[in-house]
Amino acid sequence: MSITTLADKINDANAKGRTALIPFLPGGYPNKESFWKEILELDANGADIIEIGMPFSDPVADGPVVEAASMKCLADGVNLKWIIEGLAKVRSQINAGIVLMGYYNPVLQYGLEKFAKDANGAGINGLIIADLPYEEGLEFRDLLAANEVALVPLVGLNTEPERMKLYADGGNGFCYFVSVLGTTGDRDSLPEEIKVGLKHAKDIFDIPVALGFGLKHPSQLEQLEGLVDAAVFGSALIRHIDDGKSCAEFMKVWT
Amino acid sequence: MKRGYFGDFGGQFVPELLMPPLLELEEAMGRILKSAEFQQEYTSLLKNFVGRPTALTHCQNLSRELGFNLWLKREDLAHTGAHKINNTVGQALLTKMMGKPKMLAETGAGQHGVATATAAALLDLECDIYMGAIDVKRQSHNVRRMELFGAKCIPVHSGTQTLKDAINAAMRVWIANQRTTHYCFGTAAGAHPFPLLVREFQSVIGREAKQQFKERTGEMPYMVVACVGGGSNAIGMFHEFVNEKSVKIVGVEAAGTGEPGCTNSAPINLGTPGVLHGMNTLLLQSDDGQILPSHSIAAGLDYPGVGPEHVHLHATGRAEFGMVNDSQAINAFQMLCQKEGILPALESSHAVAWVIENKDTIPKDANVIVNLSGRGDKDMDILDDYLAQHGK
Repeated sequence: MSITTLADKINDANAKGRTALIPFLPGGYPNKESFWKEILELDANGADIIEIGMPFSDPVADGPVVEAASMKCLADGVNLKWIIEGLAKVRSQINAGIVLMGYYNPVLQYGLEKFAKDANGAGINGLIIADLPYEEGLEFRDLLAANEVALVPLVGLNTEPERMKLYADGGNGFCYFVSVLGTTGDRDSLPEEIKVGLKHAKDIFDIPVALGFGLKHPSQLEQLEGLVDAAVFGSALIRHIDDGKSCAEFMKVWT
Repeated sequence: MKRGYFGDFGGQFVPELLMPPLLELEEAMGRILKSAEFQQEYTSLLKNFVGRPTALTHCQNLSRELGFNLWLKREDLAHTGAHKINNTVGQALLTKMMGKPKMLAETGAGQHGVATATAAALLDLECDIYMGAIDVKRQSHNVRRMELFGAKCIPVHSGTQTLKDAINAAMRVWIANQRTTHYCFGTAAGAHPFPLLVREFQSVIGREAKQQFKERTGEMPYMVVACVGGGSNAIGMFHEFVNEKSVKIVGVEAAGTGEPGCTNSAPINLGTPGVLHGMNTLLLQSDDGQILPSHSIAAGLDYPGVGPEHVHLHATGRAEFGMVNDSQAINAFQMLCQKEGILPALESSHAVAWVIENKDTIPKDANVIVNLSGRGDKDMDILDDYLAQHGK
């Protein structure tokens, strides 16, 4: 395992002429019994990186679909320990890179050093913390990096190039570009100004750029040719599963 | 000290998408708040609209009974019936001068919502108030008041459907509407610079109290006391006295029903360090870092976190933080009604209750100023329910 695993996974997909795919599923969704089966199915059906949500009681960056799914997982007793221990057991069967996404407080209570060490042990390649901006996350980024885990920088439509440069300097994994000024959840169209922001990100970051929040169909990426190295989709996948359909079927649309 | 921190507490734990508006707000505070134009207008509004200075009342009857001099800083006499208006008028004026046409706010019991709607009506700003769906039901009177002032009150159905979820909802909406909208945060908590901004507008309470007390007695008080939920009325009272080393400072948290292990609103006494709503502070939370529901009979104290400056005052020992339970607060509420002819908010009753419960530790003839943060008309139904349930 290495700190470049996530970038490598995306670069490999791009080398084959396609956008890397990053599906997101909250840890323990749709239930604790079938969750790991879903993850293996995503892996077997073209996921380059899989993002596992760490449920939190107060998810301020999430829209209603992800929030409701996270609340269900919390009610079922999912916690970080369950996710990390479960992952350690199946990690050798998963080819994709693994990223955990969530909020700072559960990680803080788990213990930052213990988290970095256990994440490495479970084969976690990266971490996305929705409420940890540059100023607050620098020390943790170094601690994670020392354990070969990338702290993935999040930027968006209102992130000026100057702030992108702060994140880019020593940034690991990939740059997660948030497609809308808003919360997670699929939308029919992406804002026009997204091209300007993505262009800045592509210029400023050495690592690949992934687009997330608001994606529901590959056609949304057509207009962004050359600006997006990877696509993240969460709410659309959750709703697909809620409709009783399989992950494999969902991935077919994207591969 | 790190930027935006009070000792180890505070900070800016928000999505990157909220950093630009927070940085914009910090810049605007530096540029606008000290300007003569702002100061002149704000001072005039406090005097002629809010009704400041509010009175400092010496409680003759209770003082005799307690054995020391009890003084009340009468924020209940401010327009809309609580200290909240000091902050909302300031933030509304700031919004205007930042060139934004709209404010959004969260509210728990509805006091901050009403105060925000009031200031928005006065200064011709659009106004959306996010309020937990449970609070909307139990505080329908305040919802009606907001609507009369032309604000839109939006029920929040996620999570515990109370204040903390209203804050989550308001933060989400602010992400999407930051270019046109100012988030008028209601308490001295949240991400930097909100704790400083709210303290700036509420510190008029302590400044007035200090001056009024000096004029009346020529002295400094022995102690100042205030209830602490998020902590805005308390920091408003404390700020002016923090550097007056002879003055004891006491914050009072809500212990809920009071038995060991009960649901409470006392994170300084009973919580652990963690991060919520943009700040590193003390929180009611599970071992896994999930935020726990809070409870107090006083809706305005019902919050699982607390402003970071209070945690710092606690950590450094500059202030003491006690607890008062529902029944002690009800007792103080009734005493103040019967002995002094003052109907206090249940929140403020916690502060009054602390001095009653701890009267033996206060020297004879000492002067104690309690911040009476609001009036209790809004709490009549809650009082009646409580008394009925407890067979009184």
